[in-house]
Amino acid sequence: MRLKVGLAQIYPKLGDVPANLKKHCDYIEQARKQGADLVIFPELSLTGYQVQDLVPELAIRASRDDATFRTLLDASQDIDIMFGFVSEDKRERFYTASAYLSGGECLHVHNKLYLPTYAMFDEGRYFDQGENARAFDTRFGRVGMLICEDFWHMSPPYLLWLDGADILLFHSASPSRGLDSGDRLAGTRWVELVNQAYGSMFTDYVIHCNRVGYEDGKSFWGGSSIVGPDGEFLAQGPYFEEALVIHEIDLNQLHRTRSRLPLLRDERPDMVLRELGRIQRRDSE
Amino acid sequence: MPNILHRLEINTGLAQKMMTGFIADQIAKAGMTRAVIGLSGGIDSALSAYLAAEALGGENVLAVRMPYRTSSQNSLTDAETVIEDLGLPSLTVPITDMAEPLFEQFNGMSNVRRGNIMARLRMTILYDQSAAFGGLVLGTSNKTEFLLGYSTIYGDSGVALQPIADLYKAQVRQVAAAVGVPEAVIHKAPSADLWEGQTDEGELGFSYDDVDQVLFLLVDERYTVDEVVDEGFSRAFVEDVWRRVKANHYKRTMPNIAKLSQRSIGHDFLYLRDWTGR
Repeated sequence: MRLKVGLAQIYPKLGDVPANLKKHCDYIEQARKQGADLVIFPELSLTGYQVQDLVPELAIRASRDDATFRTLLDASQDIDIMFGFVSEDKRERFYTASAYLSGGECLHVHNKLYLPTYAMFDEGRYFDQGENARAFDTRFGRVGMLICEDFWHMSPPYLLWLDGADILLFHSASPSRGLDSGDRLAGTRWVELVNQAYGSMFTDYVIHCNRVGYEDGKSFWGGSSIVGPDGEFLAQGPYFEEALVIHEIDLNQLHRTRSRLPLLRDERPDMVLRELGRIQRRDSE
Repeated sequence: MPNILHRLEINTGLAQKMMTGFIADQIAKAGMTRAVIGLSGGIDSALSAYLAAEALGGENVLAVRMPYRTSSQNSLTDAETVIEDLGLPSLTVPITDMAEPLFEQFNGMSNVRRGNIMARLRMTILYDQSAAFGGLVLGTSNKTEFLLGYSTIYGDSGVALQPIADLYKAQVRQVAAAVGVPEAVIHKAPSADLWEGQTDEGELGFSYDDVDQVLFLLVDERYTVDEVVDEGFSRAFVEDVWRRVKANHYKRTMPNIAKLSQRSIGHDFLYLRDWTGR
């Protein structure tokens, strides 16, 4: 089976959900015209990244009752959509969230698990942590979604892999940093290294959409990419520029790679769990 | 003294892309298309002018020369070279007749006081031109002088955006060479040109190359003072540099606001400067 992916590495306008919703609809339409089956937007694509005290006024509920959410649900009739938003639960808790929409339905919402609150990051001040790392089924097989810092930790991708995800859908708002003499920023090299590592170690597809643009002097570097189960980059978007990157992947490659390299077959979650239990018991003593 | 200057080498093309993108974005977010820049003839303002011209188009960058009676002729000529090379609209507004009536009201005014007044007069002229020309005032401070506090608060630090303030002086030279700033501007001794014969390095008491390395380790690489000394830099020098950085932090931050209410500006009224625009 083949899957044509669109990576919409947009520049969201800070705090302007209507403008961003329009931009989403434009990119969805472009992706549809180019025959894409799935279009992926960056982290917090509906709101911008450093939303700070705007959180309560930008938050929406992942429900058909919300007009913004409904517009995107309706847009997902014949193309699947993954996007980022500020989610509010019924008790005034806010999350950095990702939704996966397909056929007019919301198949899954992921709440960001790891909120970077160090150096230039301050997410823990505004958001609550998600609690679940769960894969889910789509018309292209089982997939899992993670947001930025979630995949700087190795455990969430590992859990999604064991939960059956053959395609890891990552999105981020990764600020540019680490200018040195290298051909790319140190921060860019790091993300590309870990994405390539996940593709290699999990023999999965790793699809990553990263935003572009500027917020208060921070820039976002784009460079959205697809890594295949052989650990090679199959597609890469431009750095720093808005773009819609369209690339078709061959899902049959998963079984071909895994026949050669049965890392998934040989993985031993029982051993991991047993050892984790031992480590946890030791550390709690 | 050790030499770790190679660790400050940067990809100049990438730096150029990020800074020109930043300038274009900030000007657009302000609903404008233009910028105003004070051009001294030195490397920092020259580099800033080249970046602004690339980001906005030369015709949208107003270069303002603001010489004082004692300003060096070389500075004026070097600024002229930049203006011609980039095809910038330009103005020359001498500040002597504005500054001297104030100097004369106080006997024996020190060079520092005179220099600060001159810097603030230049800021006043640039902000007036900002309104007249319809452009944001572009800052030209680099990371070295910003960290050391080698600037006049509300003078050269009174600007709307700071494109090169994350580049050490050594890195300013690298990017300047890459974007085509004239050789004469790159290689002359840096000077605030506030009085005759003044040089930055003479006034600071150390060279930019030396202080850049120490600042790079302390700030970018998060070394402790002891760890920098272990790298071979003299303790007295490292401690003096770190003392300057701390003592001048007030120049890099907004004035503190006495918190009284439940929600106060500067404390828990938290929105980006880019809250609106674009």
